[in-house]
Amino acid sequence: MPDSTTRTAVGARSAIPACILAWLLPGAGHLYLGRTAKGLGFLGALGALFVLGVAMDAQLRFPFPVVFEDPLAVLRSTAQMAIGLPYLAARSLGFVSGDVTSPLFEYGNTFTEVGGLLNILVILDAHDVAVGRRP
Amino acid sequence: MASHLALLVVFAGLVSTVFALLLRDDARSRLRFGLLCFGAFVASVFAAGWLMYPLPG
Repeated sequence: MPDSTTRTAVGARSAIPACILAWLLPGAGHLYLGRTAKGLGFLGALGALFVLGVAMDAQLRFPFPVVFEDPLAVLRSTAQMAIGLPYLAARSLGFVSGDVTSPLFEYGNTFTEVGGLLNILVILDAHDVAVGRRP
Repeated sequence: MASHLALLVVFAGLVSTVFALLLRDDARSRLRFGLLCFGAFVASVFAAGWLMYPLPG
C-alpha cells in the first residue's frame, strides 16, 4: 500500500460521472479517471465473464415486475443488470431466455451474475479513486 | 468448452484478475495476489470435490 501522500486525488467532482461510466461499461470509470491499465483490465476480465456467460446460454431475465414465487431470481437478474450496457445490448440482440436444457445454462448464469456483482465493486473503486481514497 | 475443469480455470482466472486489480496497487503485488487467489480457487474446488467423493451420487 503506497503512502497516502503519494496518492493523487482526481477530484470529488469527477466521482459521479466516473461511477456512471463505470456502471455503463466495466472499466470505463477508471479510463475516465486516467487509470488506463486498471480500466482495460476490468474491461477485459468483466467483459469476458459476461460474454462467455451469454455464450453459455445464460438467461437474462428482467427483474421487474417482481415474481414473489422466486425471489432469488430477482436478485440474480439484478446482479446481471449491474454490468450495464452489455446486459442491455445482449438482451436487445435476443439473448433473453437462455436455454435451460443446455448443460452450460447454470454456468452461464453464474458467469453473468458474478460479472455484474464484481462490476459493483469496480464502481465503488472508481468512486474511491475519484475522491482520492485509492491510488 | 463443456469441461467443468476448463470452465473452473477460466472463471478463477478472470475473477482473480479483477480481485488483484481491486485489492493491490502495484504490478508485482497484483501478480502475486492474483496467482495466490487463482491457486486458492482451484485448490478449494479440488478439496471440495474430494470431500464430496464419498457421498452417494
